[in-house]
Amino acid sequence: MTSKKIILEIKNLYASIENKLILNGVNLTVNEGEIHAIMGRNGSGKSTLSKIIAGDPIYTINKGEIYYENQNIEDLEPEERSNKGIFLGFQYPVEIPGVKNIDFLRVAVNSRRKDLNQSELDTFEFEEWVEDKLDIVKMNKSFLDRAVNEGFSGGEKKRNEILQMALLQPNLSILDETDSGLDIDALRIVASGINRLHSEKKATILITHYQRLLNEIKPDFVHIMENGKIIKTGGKELAIELEESGYEAIQNESKIS
Amino acid sequence: MTTKETISEVLEKSYPYGFLTDIETEKIPKGINESIVRLISQKKNEPEFLLDFRLKALRQWQKMKEPEWANLNYPHIDYQDIIYYSAPKDIEKKSSLEEVDAEILETFNKLGIPLNEQKRLSNVAVDAVFDSVSIATTFKEKLGKEGVIFCSISEAVQKYPDLVKRYLGKVVPINDNFFAALNSAVFSDGSFVFIPKNTQCPMELSSYFRINSGDTGQFERTLIVAEESSSVSYLEGCTAPMFDTNTLHAAVVELVALDDASIKYSTVQNWYAGDKDGKGGIYNFVTKRGRCKGNRSKISWSQVETGSSITWKYPSCLLEGEDSIGEFYSVALTNNKQIADTGTKMIHLGKNTKSTIISKGISAGHSKNSYRGLVQISPKAIGAKNYSQCDSLLIGDQAEANTYPYIQSKQKDASIEHEASTSKISEDQLFYLQSRGIGNEEAISMMVSGFCRDVFNHLPMEFASEADSLLGLKLEGSVG
Repeated sequence: MTSKKIILEIKNLYASIENKLILNGVNLTVNEGEIHAIMGRNGSGKSTLSKIIAGDPIYTINKGEIYYENQNIEDLEPEERSNKGIFLGFQYPVEIPGVKNIDFLRVAVNSRRKDLNQSELDTFEFEEWVEDKLDIVKMNKSFLDRAVNEGFSGGEKKRNEILQMALLQPNLSILDETDSGLDIDALRIVASGINRLHSEKKATILITHYQRLLNEIKPDFVHIMENGKIIKTGGKELAIELEESGYEAIQNESKIS
Repeated sequence: MTTKETISEVLEKSYPYGFLTDIETEKIPKGINESIVRLISQKKNEPEFLLDFRLKALRQWQKMKEPEWANLNYPHIDYQDIIYYSAPKDIEKKSSLEEVDAEILETFNKLGIPLNEQKRLSNVAVDAVFDSVSIATTFKEKLGKEGVIFCSISEAVQKYPDLVKRYLGKVVPINDNFFAALNSAVFSDGSFVFIPKNTQCPMELSSYFRINSGDTGQFERTLIVAEESSSVSYLEGCTAPMFDTNTLHAAVVELVALDDASIKYSTVQNWYAGDKDGKGGIYNFVTKRGRCKGNRSKISWSQVETGSSITWKYPSCLLEGEDSIGEFYSVALTNNKQIADTGTKMIHLGKNTKSTIISKGISAGHSKNSYRGLVQISPKAIGAKNYSQCDSLLIGDQAEANTYPYIQSKQKDASIEHEASTSKISEDQLFYLQSRGIGNEEAISMMVSGFCRDVFNHLPMEFASEADSLLGLKLEGSVG
């Protein structure tokens, strides 16, 4: 068996915000080609974990390490992490008034291309290139001329996130509750976009409350997070178990074991 | 975790225009009195009417008190401790650029304003003002063919005294305010523009003001007249060296538009703002007013204010002619300890006059940025319309933004709309952009540009991108 490349390795991670401990010793290894789902209740620390991987400066790492493609990324700025191929799809994408979506996307893409030693795309080249990608999330061209996320519906914001993922071509995509607030049609569009963008060389982490996203995207591993750590890991069946018996049962079971 | 650069760190970067040019200057003694005013007038070989104008202004000024209503809190200015006239030696009237001091040419080169024939901005005529005098005006002949006069006001006084006499002080009367009266008494130089009937000025006109001396006050006078059915677009830029003392800059700008004429006046103001503790910098106390005298005339002010330790100015429009239009588009950015109190006055006098005000204030650091504006509709201004929009953007949590809109309407049918908003660049927005590979500084400047977009759209093409990058530069080092 050929050994797969490790994309992300988190070792015994403790992190806090304003002196409040949120992550309590997280361990997680994600290899290329794998899709991981992290499930857990509100406040279990899963969103925090995703933001810490992306480098959100409001959190403090107290202990432990995060390796991305064998490099410790603790000292990297969020933009450096992005340029290296880490992508975070936001649970609540932020509005940037007055900044045209297409201009924002072009600057973002060129920043990543620079890191990949690819030439920067000018306005015209970019326009052509982005139009091809719009189809992945079934977005209308007119989205590009609107201000970033401004006045977008919940579903439009999430699709805009997946469009960014398609454009930035990350190696590691962390999608934080990308399914929340979506109706079933929008969920399918977003899920099929994620499936299309995943490949053998890439890794994807889905953070979700619900099993329903996992009907559309098949995870290789499911992790249950509680009180800032992963308390149980399994396959797809774990998500189903969770849906049937609830977090309480799994929590109790993990205490016993 | 990452070491986070704070918003305030990204905002502190050096001022690239802060160098001093070492040349010999001729200065008159400090202080202001009748003999100083006579001396200035004599040095400039002025006709009788102008000396009278100056002396009248001086007498008015001596009776006036420095205004305090804006609460700007600057230390008392000793008007007897200022030099009112300073000029590079032997500069008076060079017929060609070859005779201009190489140091001065180099200064303008460094500022990105090449005056040499070959290197000039291709479609912009430039009048370069160094301390109190105009050094050179480019493209004079080409403009002359169209009948357009573009020269220093001193030259206009000599060559076109009748025009100067007819319009000078007719928009901003000498007793209009304390600083306008002071300027009228001691103004040194500035630009004069005259666009004859039925003429569209074939290129952008631009004046570039450079303060070099530290102890010299700056009192430019600009007069632009657009005759019937003519049009002109004019841009001024300003920089100064870094001194740790404050320099007073009290200019007066007067615009006159006759029937169907239009004047577009744009400013990119980047005087030295003082250091991050507020030491030094220019006091920019300027009176700018346009008179839409003719029917269907139009005056449009666009300003990008980024410099000066204190900016205090309200470019205004007197809408006298029927169907005349006044516009004011402003971006004012303050950082560190800068103070800006700026806005406009739209005085509706004629029927169906219209005005539009769009003001964007950005406050960072410990600065204070206020919009102060007046919309006044007189009883005769039937059908008058105004639309005002004043937005403030706060960067960091130490800055201050204020909006003072004054609306006075004596015309019950007038339509007046006012919208205002205050927003803040949030850490969330910053992290969002960063997580897409966009660095701190670029992210902030992107958000600031987005915020200013409505105003940049009104700047002349050549300068919109300049203004954009200037804002970026001013905000470098400010993020948190």
